[in-house]
Amino acid sequence: MSETEKIIKGIQFGLLSPDEIRKMSVGAIKSPDVYDEDGTPIEGSVLDPRLGVIEPGQKCPVCGNPMGVCPGHFGHIELVRPVIHVGFVKEIYDTLKATCRNCGRLKLRPEKGSTCEEFKSEEEELTLEKAYRILKAIKKRYPLAAKRLIDHVKKTAAKQEVCPHCCAKQYKIKIEKPYTFYEERKEGLVKLLPTEIRERLEKIPNEDAELLGFDPQYSRPEWAVLTVLPVPPITIRPSITIESGMRAEDDLTHKLVDIIRINNRLEESIRSGAPQLIVEDLWDLLQYHVATYFDNEIPGIPPAKHRSGRPLRTLAQRLKGKEGRFRGNLSGKRVDFSARTVVSPDPNLSINEVGVPIYVAKILTVPERVTKFNIERLRQAVINGPDKWPGANYVIRPDGRRIDLRYVKDRKELAASLTPGYIVERHLVDGDIVLFNRQPSLHRISMMAHKVKVLPGKTFRLNLLVCPPYNADFDGDEMNLHVPQSEEAIAEARELMLVEKNILTPRYGGPIIGAGQDFISGAYLLTVKTTLLTKEEAYTILGVSDYIGDLGEPAILAPNEYYTGKQIVSLFLPKDFNFHGTAKISSGPRACKTEDCPHDSYIVIKKGILLEGVFDKNAIGNQQPESILHWLIREYGDEYGRYLMDNLFKVFIRYAEMRGFTMTLDDITISEDAKSKTKELIKQHEEVVNDYMVKYNEGKLEPIPGRTLEESLENYILDTLDKLRNSAGEIAAQDLDPFNNVYVMARTGARGSVLNITQMAAMLGQQTVRGERISRGYLNRVLPHFKVNDKSPEARGFVYSSFRSGLNPIEMFFHAAGGREGLVDTAVKTSQSGYMQRRLINALSDIRVEYNGMVRTTYGDVIQVIYGDDGVDPMRSAHGKTFDVNRIIERVVGWKR
Amino acid sequence: MPSSRRKQFDPITHELVPKHEVLPLEEAVKVLRELGIHPQKLPWIKASDPIVQQLKAKPGDIIKIERISPFGTKVVTYRFVVVG
Repeated sequence: MSETEKIIKGIQFGLLSPDEIRKMSVGAIKSPDVYDEDGTPIEGSVLDPRLGVIEPGQKCPVCGNPMGVCPGHFGHIELVRPVIHVGFVKEIYDTLKATCRNCGRLKLRPEKGSTCEEFKSEEEELTLEKAYRILKAIKKRYPLAAKRLIDHVKKTAAKQEVCPHCCAKQYKIKIEKPYTFYEERKEGLVKLLPTEIRERLEKIPNEDAELLGFDPQYSRPEWAVLTVLPVPPITIRPSITIESGMRAEDDLTHKLVDIIRINNRLEESIRSGAPQLIVEDLWDLLQYHVATYFDNEIPGIPPAKHRSGRPLRTLAQRLKGKEGRFRGNLSGKRVDFSARTVVSPDPNLSINEVGVPIYVAKILTVPERVTKFNIERLRQAVINGPDKWPGANYVIRPDGRRIDLRYVKDRKELAASLTPGYIVERHLVDGDIVLFNRQPSLHRISMMAHKVKVLPGKTFRLNLLVCPPYNADFDGDEMNLHVPQSEEAIAEARELMLVEKNILTPRYGGPIIGAGQDFISGAYLLTVKTTLLTKEEAYTILGVSDYIGDLGEPAILAPNEYYTGKQIVSLFLPKDFNFHGTAKISSGPRACKTEDCPHDSYIVIKKGILLEGVFDKNAIGNQQPESILHWLIREYGDEYGRYLMDNLFKVFIRYAEMRGFTMTLDDITISEDAKSKTKELIKQHEEVVNDYMVKYNEGKLEPIPGRTLEESLENYILDTLDKLRNSAGEIAAQDLDPFNNVYVMARTGARGSVLNITQMAAMLGQQTVRGERISRGYLNRVLPHFKVNDKSPEARGFVYSSFRSGLNPIEMFFHAAGGREGLVDTAVKTSQSGYMQRRLINALSDIRVEYNGMVRTTYGDVIQVIYGDDGVDPMRSAHGKTFDVNRIIERVVGWKR
Repeated sequence: MPSSRRKQFDPITHELVPKHEVLPLEEAVKVLRELGIHPQKLPWIKASDPIVQQLKAKPGDIIKIERISPFGTKVVTYRFVVVG
């Protein structure tokens, strides 16, 4: 047998004609019984051996191939009475309506005029010949327009009550879902049997069928009414043997047996001359079985059930839905060379690395071709075998034979026989490139390439700095790992997907990977003015980095030598780097706009030396475009960016560890003085609220334009209470030491906000549900503790207590009500935005940028003449702009504007 | 006197309408060769579009649109006039 390469030029869809079904069939299937007494499949049953090989070692009686090679063969069932194919009910209905019940012609007026007296038509109405001419002209070039023409033809033809060709009176056709047709005759509704329907469809001439959307060469209308049913090969519906030796058949097999059984009974009844009623009942049953064989979720009829009560999974169900053939097996497949486990943090890894458990490294392999350069290493891998890392699992000989090292008795001998040309599937080792991914994969940086670092333990380890792109945390998150198998794939992953090449996100051109939380706290603590380090301390924190070089002269020489934190940071900056800008802490009383800054909140870097200002979120934070970190990476490259994160950022953490950083109750405790001030504030604002309520009751309240009086009152009260919380927060902020740990975290942007501190130290404030004060519960009051219609702050969810002082039970209830809403919101939002994203991506996924910068679809249609109107890749842009003039001037001259 | 006479309004004068012009044949051919595409692959504009009617462009013509992008640069795009 010779195998020739064939190239698919096109696919033709159409209906199977009865002749074709018989032609492709290996034989009629008639027997409803599947096995005979000794358990062998019966010939002529749905498990007929001619339909395909099921048992290993057998040869196919039709094509002679063994199992796995024989594709299986179709059989057929001769239906005693025709039945309607449920998939084409709509087409049958449209066709019946548009054609004459007598002559089968399309009910459009002929150009020369109708000979019938009763036939009425308007002058401008479409003629048969004209419709045919238009269709012929546009079919090839504008298939979508042709579809619209066909719809129009159907509509006009269906309206005719008299056939313009044979003058026969037409009746209205009615359909009863899912597959019964009636005709509204004078004597009432008359059921149309499938036989009659088929006769009518047969009468339609080819030209008319074409105008109804059929391509008569491949699908004649009457083929939508089945007279022969194809029986798919058993390879498509394999039976499974359970341990007990019992045979369980596929759902399709069950369905086919049902069809044959009813078909035989129907044949028997007809032959024995049973009454019409009984025949029609059986016929209907046959129709039901054939319909559910195609689709078992047809609305209006009960789904066919398995003996256990489970609905059968028939043809349509195999294709449909998330786990169907298209979404489950064609768009998405399961893969080899992948691993999944829990992730945990390891700050000692490079951002480019991923820690892989040794267990995983012994199962995942990379095929490596033996050369004279790596032969010794690979020999050792083969000797180590599958159980000892770093070993190998398989050896592929030059003739293509695969040797499983688990079953090789003498691996030393095999290792000695290795020569260039062999391929060894060796274990994953340090430095291998792998893809690392966390679902939901919302953007391209949800999957990046890492370098393997094999570690003990059972979790994947990753640097904390790469959490933002994956949106990962360590509360039990699991991630997937894939090992590229070819040199091309490895190179592509390394050059395009490596973490360091994705520090800048294409979303806005800023660094998505950067400092967060502890890194920011550490950086601030290190660079703050008061930090002075002895030589030993400087050595300690620099020890975690790869820095090699001179420390330079200490900033303070007497009485002792001290280095400043800014000096340490400067060691890592390029010697020609200039930057000026405000720090995150530059706000409120500590804001600065110029170099002359007593609060150290204006950053000045000249010639790579940090002269002034602290490092906080604005300087090195993640997702902070136009920051120091951004310009450093943009101007000195991805690799330098990685160098900073692997060294400088580690120094920050080391310093935080050395100094110690924590949070105490004192950090959120305010003085008695501040407490009494807050009390005073509460009293004042309560009076204002009372004022509003009195005015409201007297009817003197000034309504806000566009709102009712009640709404206005609510608005005024909410405003007042919001002011109250803000002023309470201000008092607390003034009272707290600006250098206490909690406040430092909030000011530097490491964690928390001033609002969080307010809620902890001063008061929680108004709890809301749907943006309004909480007002539902009991009749006209939230809880039975309040008077009916009480509108005072405390009765509508205002919490005077702080987390520090603790909430009373009622306040706690209100807080829980507000918190619940937040939970529901996040749950709803994620599901909705997730589906929106899916639709968007499916709509846009095939659009691409051509080499000349044009944006086009797969069909070549132009979307944009030049991508984004400027052809700029946002990932390589300066925060979306082609270039940033200010930054260029600053970089060259050393000063902005 | 008809109760509602259509207000005559020239859309081209509106500040939000960018500059449109019909490309002469030679230039259209040049543009298409530069882009390496067939005219049907360009975005379509109906001949019934008010601006196309103003320009008296016929189906088959190519219209050049010049507008200022949000970044301040001049952007040139093209439309293919179709029946409709």
